[in-house]
Order: sequence, then C-alpha cells, then structure tokens
Amino acid sequence: MAAPDLLAQLRSVVGDDYVIAHPEDLLVYEYDGSVDRSMPRAVVLPASTDEASQVIALAYQAGVPVVGRGSGTGLSGGAITPPDGLQVAFPRMARILKIDTLNRTALVEPGVINLDLDNYARKFGLRYAPDPSSQRACSLGGNVAENAGGPHCLAYGTTTNHVIGMEVILEDGAIVNLGALARETVGYDLRGAFVGSEGTFGIATKILVRLLPLPESVRTFLGIFADIDSACTAVSAIIGHGIIPAALEMIDALSIRAVQNVTDAGYPNDAGAVLLIELEGLHEEVDELSAEVEAALWDTGAADVRIAEADAERERLWVGRKTAFGAFGAIAPNYYLVDGVVPRTRLTHMLRKVSEVSHRYGITIANVFHAGDGNLHPCMLFDAREPGVMDNAMAAAAELMAECAALGGTLSGEHGIGLEKKEFMPLVYTDDDMAAMQKVRNAFAPDNRLNPGKIFPDGSYYHPAPHPARHTAGLYA
Amino acid sequence: MPNPEHPTPPVPTSDTDAGHGFPYGIPFTGSLNDGPGFSGPDAPAEPDLYRCVHCGLCLSACPTYVTTRLEAESPRGRIALMKAVHEGRTGISDRLVSHWELCLQCRACEAVCPSGVPYGRLMEHTRAQVQEHGLQGPELSRLSRIFLRAALPHPRRLHLAAHLIRLYQRSGLQSLIRRSRLLRILPGSLAQMETQMPVMAPRFFTPARQVYPAHGERRITVGLLSGCVMPLMQGDAMRAAVRVLQRNGCDVAVPPAQACCGALNLHAGDLEMGRQMARRNIDAFRAAGVDVIVTASAGCGSSMKEYGDLLRDDPEYAAAAQDFASSTRDITEFLAALPLDPPNAEYPRRVTMQDPCHLAHAQRITDAPRQVLRSIPGLQLTEMAESSLCCGSAGFYSLIQPAMSQQLQRRKIDHALATEPDLIASANPGCIAQLEQGLRSAGAAAQVRHVVEILDDAYQAET
Repeated sequence: MAAPDLLAQLRSVVGDDYVIAHPEDLLVYEYDGSVDRSMPRAVVLPASTDEASQVIALAYQAGVPVVGRGSGTGLSGGAITPPDGLQVAFPRMARILKIDTLNRTALVEPGVINLDLDNYARKFGLRYAPDPSSQRACSLGGNVAENAGGPHCLAYGTTTNHVIGMEVILEDGAIVNLGALARETVGYDLRGAFVGSEGTFGIATKILVRLLPLPESVRTFLGIFADIDSACTAVSAIIGHGIIPAALEMIDALSIRAVQNVTDAGYPNDAGAVLLIELEGLHEEVDELSAEVEAALWDTGAADVRIAEADAERERLWVGRKTAFGAFGAIAPNYYLVDGVVPRTRLTHMLRKVSEVSHRYGITIANVFHAGDGNLHPCMLFDAREPGVMDNAMAAAAELMAECAALGGTLSGEHGIGLEKKEFMPLVYTDDDMAAMQKVRNAFAPDNRLNPGKIFPDGSYYHPAPHPARHTAGLYA
Repeated sequence: MPNPEHPTPPVPTSDTDAGHGFPYGIPFTGSLNDGPGFSGPDAPAEPDLYRCVHCGLCLSACPTYVTTRLEAESPRGRIALMKAVHEGRTGISDRLVSHWELCLQCRACEAVCPSGVPYGRLMEHTRAQVQEHGLQGPELSRLSRIFLRAALPHPRRLHLAAHLIRLYQRSGLQSLIRRSRLLRILPGSLAQMETQMPVMAPRFFTPARQVYPAHGERRITVGLLSGCVMPLMQGDAMRAAVRVLQRNGCDVAVPPAQACCGALNLHAGDLEMGRQMARRNIDAFRAAGVDVIVTASAGCGSSMKEYGDLLRDDPEYAAAAQDFASSTRDITEFLAALPLDPPNAEYPRRVTMQDPCHLAHAQRITDAPRQVLRSIPGLQLTEMAESSLCCGSAGFYSLIQPAMSQQLQRRKIDHALATEPDLIASANPGCIAQLEQGLRSAGAAAQVRHVVEILDDAYQAET
C-alpha cells in the first residue's frame, strides 16, 4: 500500500491523534485477550459512523485489509490484525444513543461497554441480559461479532437473541442497515447471519438491542462438592427436574484456589468443585424452585449449600466466577481457552477426558464453565516462552475439540472461532457446509478485505488431530 | 480446506519454533530503537510482568484510558510496553516514557485486576529505570531535582519554602502578580505552577516532643505521622486528627525525628531516597514506643504499609519494616475499628465522600471513612458517581500533566456537586488541595474537609 498517502488521508478524517502508526505505539495493539499476536500496520480510532465509513472506504481503495476491534478482550484472536492490515478500533464510539423504556430497547454505539449498558438500563428497571465474564471491559460491538454468551445465557440466550438490528459498514465503506433499527424486519433475516460473523461481513456502528425487565426476585446458591463428578450429577439432577436456572456454573478445585488466592469470593479452599446457581423470577416461583434446587444439591451429595439473596453477597459469589480467567495469571503467564460444547448429559464423560488429557500431555488444565448448557471452558495454563509448550497445548486442545465434536457437541460456545479454532472447523462441518458459509461471506465481502484469515481453515494455524498437531506458523508472522 | 482468496501470504511451515519463539507468535527482529533496556536489582520483576494475562478487565477502571480511549494510556498497554522492553523488543524511548508518565499511579487497575498484578510496584520500578537512564520527561525531571531531592527529605527546608509561599500569598504580592500581566509573559509551565501553587495553611502543624494525652481513660498509644506537606497546607486537619484521637482515648505521639513517608519519591522512581526516608521513620517510631502508627494521609499510609516490601532486601531493616508496615493504619481505618465514640450532638450536613485512590485502591479501604461519617448524628451521606475515580491530584501529577489532571478534576467536581453537598469529605492532602482548587474554579459554595475534620467539628458541636 502507498502507506504514507493512506495514513495522511486517514489523519485528515479522524485527526492526527487517532491514527496510530509508530511501531512503539503499535506494540499495544498487537494483542487481545488470547494467546495470538500480530502488529498491525496502523490503528485508527474513528469517532462516528461517518468517519468509520470513510476510513474503511480509504483502506478498501488502497487494497488494505481491515480488522475491527472493541476492547481487545476476545479469547480467539478475533481482533488480531495482519501486519499489512489496518485495525479500526471503536473505544471512541461509546455512546448509549437512546433507551426506549416502553419498547424496552437501547440503541448503542459499538464501543459501549457491556456492563455500562446494563448498569444504565437498571436505572429504568431494565437489564441487558448477556453477561460475558469480561463484561466490565468488553464492548457490544465485539459481543455482536463473536455472538458472546455469559452465565445468564442459559435462560436468556446468547447475544444473537438480544440484537434487533444494526447499522453496518461493508468492506467498501457502504453503510447498510441489517434487521430493524426503527421498523419491523421484512425479507431476509440478515441480522441473524451477521451476529457471530466475527467482523468478516462488515463492522457494526450502531446496534439496537433488546432489554429485559429486572426480575422481581433473585437468589444465588453455592453448592459445595467434594469432587467434580458429584457436581456433574447435581447439574443433571437440576436440569432433570425440569428447572432451567438463570445461570448454572461449575468451578473446579484448581480454579477455586486460583480465585481465592486473589479475591475472597467465599468459595471453600478445600472444595473439589462448586456450583453457582442463580434463580430469577417472581417471588413465589423462586421460592418454589429454591426448595427443589436445594433438595437436588443435597441429594447428589453436596457437602454444603449456601444461599445468598442480598446484592452484596450475590456479587461476591459472582466476582469469583467472573474473574477466574484473569486469576489464572497467578499460576501461569498464558492460557489457552478451549470453548467446546457437549450435550449436558456427557459432562461427566467430557471432564474425565479433560483430566486424562491433562495428565497425558503434562499440562495444567483448569475448569470453570457454563455447566447448564454444556459449554466447557477447559483452560490450559502454561508459559508460552518455554519451547514447544504451545505445540503441546494445541495438540491437547485438538484432542479435546475432537472429543466434543464426537460427542455431538461443537467447537465454541461463545468465544468465536477467530484464528485459534479455524483449523478445527472440519471437525464439525463438511466441505460443503464450509463452502456455503464462504458464499455468504463472499456476498457481503466479495474482496475478503474484512478480518481475513479468520473462521475459515487455510492451513495457516494449527492442524487438528488426527494429523500430528503441529505449530505451522507464527500466525501472521 | 484452503482458502485461495486469503490475502496474507502463506507462511513457511516449520517443525520447530525457530524464528517465532519469544514471545510466542512474534518473530524477534531486534529492538525497535536503540534506547536502554531494564537492568539491575530494581528492574521490573519478570514474575510481576508475566502475571498480567492481558485480559483487559483493568481498562474501564483506568482514569487515563477512560479519558483518552487509547490502549497505550491503559494499565494493560503500559505493562505491554514494559514487557516489550524486558524482552528486548524495544528500548526505553521518550515515547514509551510519555505513556508511563501519563499514569497517575492511582492503582485503580490493581484493585480490579483478577490476576493480582502488582501494578504500583511495576510502575515504580519502571520509573526507577527511566530515572536511572536520565529519560524522565522535562517536567518530572525538574520537579524531581528541586522538590523530591532538595526539599522533601529536609523538613526544615520544606518549612522555609512553605513560609515563603505563605508570605507571597498573604502579603498581597500574589494578588498583585495575578492582576499584572506577568503570568501571561512567564513560560507556560511557570505560569501554570503559579496558579497551582498550594494554598498554605494559616497555621502550620509541627511535630513536638510532647505526647498529646488521651481524654478520659487511655486505651492505646498511637504515633501520628506528621508528613511533609500536609502539616503545612492542612495544619487544621492535622490538629483535628490529634484531637479526635485524644477524644477516643489515645495518647498521641508525633515524634519529631520522623521524616516524610517517601511516597512521592517512590512514585517518581527514586527508590533509594524512598528507602532512606523509610528507615528514618522506622527508627523514629520505634524510639517513640507506640502501639500503632496512624496517618491521616491515604497516600502516606499506602506507602508505609509497603515498607516491608520496599526494604525486604535490607538485612538490617527487613524485619522492622515488616513490623512497621503491619502496625500502620489509616486514621479512618483505625477509628472505625476502635470503634470510635460517636458525637452526641446533631451535626446536620449533607456530605459526599470522595475516595482517595491510595485509600480505596492501594489499601482497599472504602467502608471505614463512611462508617466514621455515619457515626455522626444528623449527617446525611450521599454517594457521588465514580467516587473512586482519581481526582487528578496524584502527588505533584497536576504540575507534570496539567491537562489530564484538570480534566479529571472537572469530572470529579461535576460528580461531587451533582449530589448538592455542603461538604465533600476526603482523606488525603493531595485530593483535598485538588478539590479545593476545583471548587474555587467552579465558584461553588461547597467545602472540602478531611473526614477527621468533620468528625472533630461534630465533637465541637457537643454540649
């Protein structure tokens, strides 16, 4: 690209301060929350849809690929930008434009922080339900791109269930509306196709989301178990009773100790596993279900059951869950999160597999995950600076993903495919399936200029088992 | 399934990691510049650096990130730059230093960090490296020489300077100069310093050999840190602290041999001077034979509680420093734990609490000052938005980074005034001065008081 020209043009759009091109400044845009890294050619921070559209059009004309970035908290390398690419970051577009309390919707810019929207909505007796663990930092634009989940998605569904429509910029800078921003949708549900497209179709610049009324009553249970097997049995028992809690989370012994080491979340240090269960609804409903949940916990061998109703107490229990991944930093400097999903009934089997793989590969694996919907998060903890350790971790991950697929599950529950999991896509999709997806992508981005190299396997990352798992490239190196 | 349209060139397959070993995924191609790296015993420690897993949960807590929206002005970004220096991918450059120096060292990131990254320590050690290589920004460098090295460690010089400033402010010379055109002719930074010059207290507070006796039955003997600038700028707050402690059954010693706590030196990266001051305080308070060491300054308390860490490699002082640190209490923490004797008269005021960063984040104390305030009958405590987001004071940050400091000051004042308070309560001299100045600029009637001054006033209202 004629870099100096493009940079000068970009500066004239967003101002000098918001085009970052010095390598020393770009050191902080080469990472997100994942293990992947690559230093972009430049980073631009637009302040409006109009600026973003001009920026993307300029990059398109210069033949430069564009990668969108929210807060850079993603765990699959979604915001990692190739060295010839332009990163367009949205922290400056972070306004809540409108709350409609009658229709229970909010119109937001993509840089709005998930928790900020939820806190704001609560002033009106409403809430934004999807609550990824990184909700204090992650942006709604990123949530839409990755179809983010969170503990409360068990009852309320992931991001796609809460997005009504979007204003989107396509690869050539054109601005289009998908779904409804103001009116009912007719025609194709392109909104549904867009959510979870990981920035490969376009980049959302306005998002209309659904808000839910706050529940009348909320009760949180901490079920304490001596081992992970009995905790799994409890999960089956609760779901078997026909109860769908708002959230049903499992935290294993290693994660409990990691969390307690940094923050006292009130988890017993010697527990083999804890379940965090939340019930929401009308008072009578919660009372009735509470009795059943409590009984199910005791029946399946809980060592203790604690119940929290006051906000402060509930928050304390949740802080542990929501900071668990970060807490692993005290154990090892890097983690690789496998985001596999299995049918709930296969949780016990899958966790045994995780434990077996952990021993065989000699990798520490912590488990803290959405048990209620079978979305595991085996988190491999290692020091990537040790030679060969990444290859080993990826080989272990490959086995786990293959097992999830074999059990009738899938690769990712909520963190996206990005760079890290793209080579595993053939485990769950046939060539024809992948070709169909690629056709959709090509319809929106025929020149493949938006977040190239993501989602679709191209041999540039890791080969899944049964091939000898092998680190084939330094990403975009 | 290969993607023929993929625009990035295929990467050579290799069975080894050669070329992209360290750090993972980034080919090591040498340093971006020829600046110096980290070295020596006070370099940022590798385990501290790699404890950060770049999850990003710190971003929304960081005042400079919230203000600028730039990753380089976030805790995660600043640590990434430290890691890059540590790994030899870049040397220390003016550009990196500018990102590190925009940090207020408020440690809000530390309080929300799920990994427990000791960010404050990392930043102090990074600044020590910057100072060692003479790469401090010009403002910090000048202030370090004049204030940190020449004045702060010498109480007498500090007193003399304060006398001169007070003379300047009260003689009419200040108003004369402010009315003249002189400030407009002076270089920007000097004129800035003039307007930000702290207002000196009408009466200074001076450590004395005497012990202030407990009223009624003695419960405990406390040593009170006098501090450096607080007794000069906020002598009334210091006297209030003594009275409040006496009233609650404490013998109060203020050993004259004590020094400034060293916090400002440590924050600027002057670890050696900080250690000297710490040793002097350890000796002074040990000689005074007190049960507990109390400070009315959150910034000082935070540093004093970290003396153990600071002197852990000093064979002579390591144990004593550990003792000193574990005997230190913020005055609100101390009073709330006593528990204090509540005033018996109504003190009807509307009060909002501004959490000093070094109390809320560094010491994780937010409830104690509120407990003290709630113990006052008739006092109505209201909460402002973002009460623990830095007010922009941060030691002498306001002199080094006036633009950022003033933005944060305005934000804080707006939030505070939105609660329509009679009084804004705080617990740190820097915050109090910053808030006072902000209120003056806003022309607001509300006043700023240390929590113990409010308690003291409530006691005075007793019959």
